[in-house]
Amino acid sequence: MALLLNEEQQFLKDTAKEFLQKNASINHFRELRDSKDEIGYSKDLWKEMAELGWAGILVSEEYGGSEFGMMGLGGILEETGRTLAPSPLFSTGLVGVSFLELAGTENQKQEYLPQIVSGDLTTAFALEEGPRHSPTNISTTAKKEGDGFVLNGQKTFVLDGHTADLIIVAARTEGEINDSSGVTLFLLDKSAEGLKISRTKMVDSRNSSEISLSNIKVDGNQILGEINTGSQLIEEVLDRAQIGLASEMVGSALEAFERTLEYLKERKQFGSVIGSFQALQHRAAIMFTELELAKSAVVGALNAIDENSNDRSRFASLAKFKAGETLHLVSNEAVQMHGGVGVTDEFDIGFFLKRSRVVEQIFGSSDYHIDRYATLSEY
Amino acid sequence: MSKLQTFREETKDWLEANCPPEMRKPGDVCWGGRNPSFSHSDQEIWLERMGEKGWTCPTWPKEYGGGGLSFEENKILQEEMAAINARSALGSFGIWMLGPALLEFASHEQKLEHIPNIVKGKIWWCQGYSEPGSGSDLASLATKAVLEENDYVVNGQKIWTSNANYADMIFCLVRTGPQEPKHDGISFLLIDMDQPGVEVKPIKLISGKSPFCETFFTDARAPKENLIGTLNEGWTIAKRLLQHERSMISGMGLGAGGGGSKSKTSGLAQLGKKYAGTDSENKLSDSILRTKIAKHDLNSRAFGLTLQRMGEEMKSGGPSATASISKYYGTEQNKLRYELMLEAMGTGALGWEGEPFSAEELAVTRDWLRTKGNSIEGGTSEVQLNVISKRVLNLPDKA
Repeated sequence: MALLLNEEQQFLKDTAKEFLQKNASINHFRELRDSKDEIGYSKDLWKEMAELGWAGILVSEEYGGSEFGMMGLGGILEETGRTLAPSPLFSTGLVGVSFLELAGTENQKQEYLPQIVSGDLTTAFALEEGPRHSPTNISTTAKKEGDGFVLNGQKTFVLDGHTADLIIVAARTEGEINDSSGVTLFLLDKSAEGLKISRTKMVDSRNSSEISLSNIKVDGNQILGEINTGSQLIEEVLDRAQIGLASEMVGSALEAFERTLEYLKERKQFGSVIGSFQALQHRAAIMFTELELAKSAVVGALNAIDENSNDRSRFASLAKFKAGETLHLVSNEAVQMHGGVGVTDEFDIGFFLKRSRVVEQIFGSSDYHIDRYATLSEY
Repeated sequence: MSKLQTFREETKDWLEANCPPEMRKPGDVCWGGRNPSFSHSDQEIWLERMGEKGWTCPTWPKEYGGGGLSFEENKILQEEMAAINARSALGSFGIWMLGPALLEFASHEQKLEHIPNIVKGKIWWCQGYSEPGSGSDLASLATKAVLEENDYVVNGQKIWTSNANYADMIFCLVRTGPQEPKHDGISFLLIDMDQPGVEVKPIKLISGKSPFCETFFTDARAPKENLIGTLNEGWTIAKRLLQHERSMISGMGLGAGGGGSKSKTSGLAQLGKKYAGTDSENKLSDSILRTKIAKHDLNSRAFGLTLQRMGEEMKSGGPSATASISKYYGTEQNKLRYELMLEAMGTGALGWEGEPFSAEELAVTRDWLRTKGNSIEGGTSEVQLNVISKRVLNLPDKA
């Protein structure tokens, strides 16, 4: 197992770092927030990211992608975590692409993937129906009618929903709420009749939305994958998504930690820099150790996807758990160690705390993944 | 076939022909020495064959009796040994601690004298570092060595000398420059234990066992050729050797952990299921214990990946300050693991001796107590955190 980036992957990560620090710094994010930007990210910047090839990293070459794999994408996501850069990279470049690559028909792939690669089409995944992640808690229905289906239901916490061109909806074609069988995925155009999308304002100022589906008519061509077996596909995509989020979280945790470490070396009290106090030194050393573990868990998991490991799901839970737990710790300690300025809006460190809690919830909290890991390990 | 593939085939064949059947089962590892004790005749054969090939120390130079293998070749050797469940042929502080330090700091003659004996297990080495007044503040040590003609004459006391009652020789930190600042008056000296000036007393621990001793020196002698490196610069060697020791201790903790085994269910979780029972879905029925065990398993796995990643990062460089990270985390994990075993087994893990406890249960009680020393020996957890703060994070000392 390779736990280090190869030369190409490292180059991609370094390029991403340079680009993001220059064009999508935390100030960029702050400006978007303060101007109450309707879109929530810069479309021009997304176009540039697409030109750098980021949207097509997981896309096959025949549809214009680079097939650079999760190790490649993970490095970029880590850098976006450092600058808290908002973009459709996760929802579209990871989640949307994975759905289409893993289950799309030839027609669907030809229609959507090249447009994604060029930065002209974005996607959102409408899964959750409650405040806590549960991939089988689906009561949105898709009832057979003639050759097609009619969709009804409510979705919550749909990332990038209000800006997406294509919505991937998980609906129940059979069975009861919480059954793992009977779920089917549908591709909806944003302009579909009966589709209502409203943006949600979250604590991290990033994009999320509520979606209501009212008697939406779809035909058979809009089904993604097989009828009634959507849960397996969802799980496969979520494994990747969780690992991608974990990469982002490690980036945020590293940045928050490094900023805090600098502060410990500057801020003076009692005539000494506060970083000379053992009470703070030991906590910094513990954070550093946890970060090393989180980095290893994430790179192991990225590699597991690229190597098509049959232990993929446990790796995904490992990465999401460890990165989540670490970012939680570091974001709390970062605010505490900054003292008074840590709780001011003017200072950036609070952004990491806010983002931490939201990203921890996306596709399962650390607690969720502890339970999942135990179940997958048969105990 | 690539060179490495050829090496793998040859290694497989050699192991098949040379590893005796008894040595393909789990069991104790031989520690060698001038008067070695073997639990089975196969153990002696195995040590002799592996020692002859230098594979007890696979990556050490051939010149000094080592295996001369590259990082990749050694990995193959370890994999092929694991594939047939081959036991280590030899364990010793010579291999894990002294040898690497000698390779880095000793003269050619000193290497020729001592390293082949480590490889073949001819000498049992123990370590003389801590003193009653010098624990975490190791550099304050007071055992002194004075040169008289061709010998150093040593007086003082060491403590926590592991297995000193079995050891043939001791590698020792001694004060040779009493007037110098404390770090600059220490030398690294090799002393034979078999002489009237050396006395050893085992220390009984809370586990009831005595793996450590007190070692007293009264006009003990060591030839001046036994001083390694430069006079009064032993602290450099001491620090380096501590890194090897820390890597060794954290490796032991991981070895005890359940990560990476063939079963999906960790040893800890299996124990939990056995003692606490399972529900209708075959889940561990104590859900709080289940959560604690899963969290521990996840951290063990992340830690295992970290050791592996660090290994890849410093393929050639040897241990570094990262040794402190693994020492700190590995020992804390190992302590927690035993606490969770106690929690799972209830009073089953609190027996001291006799009925109704099984031998395994009694071993857990004793081993649990032993783990309490893990985060003290080789530098306490608090000292490791100091090392990380200062050397890795560059946080300053208090003004």
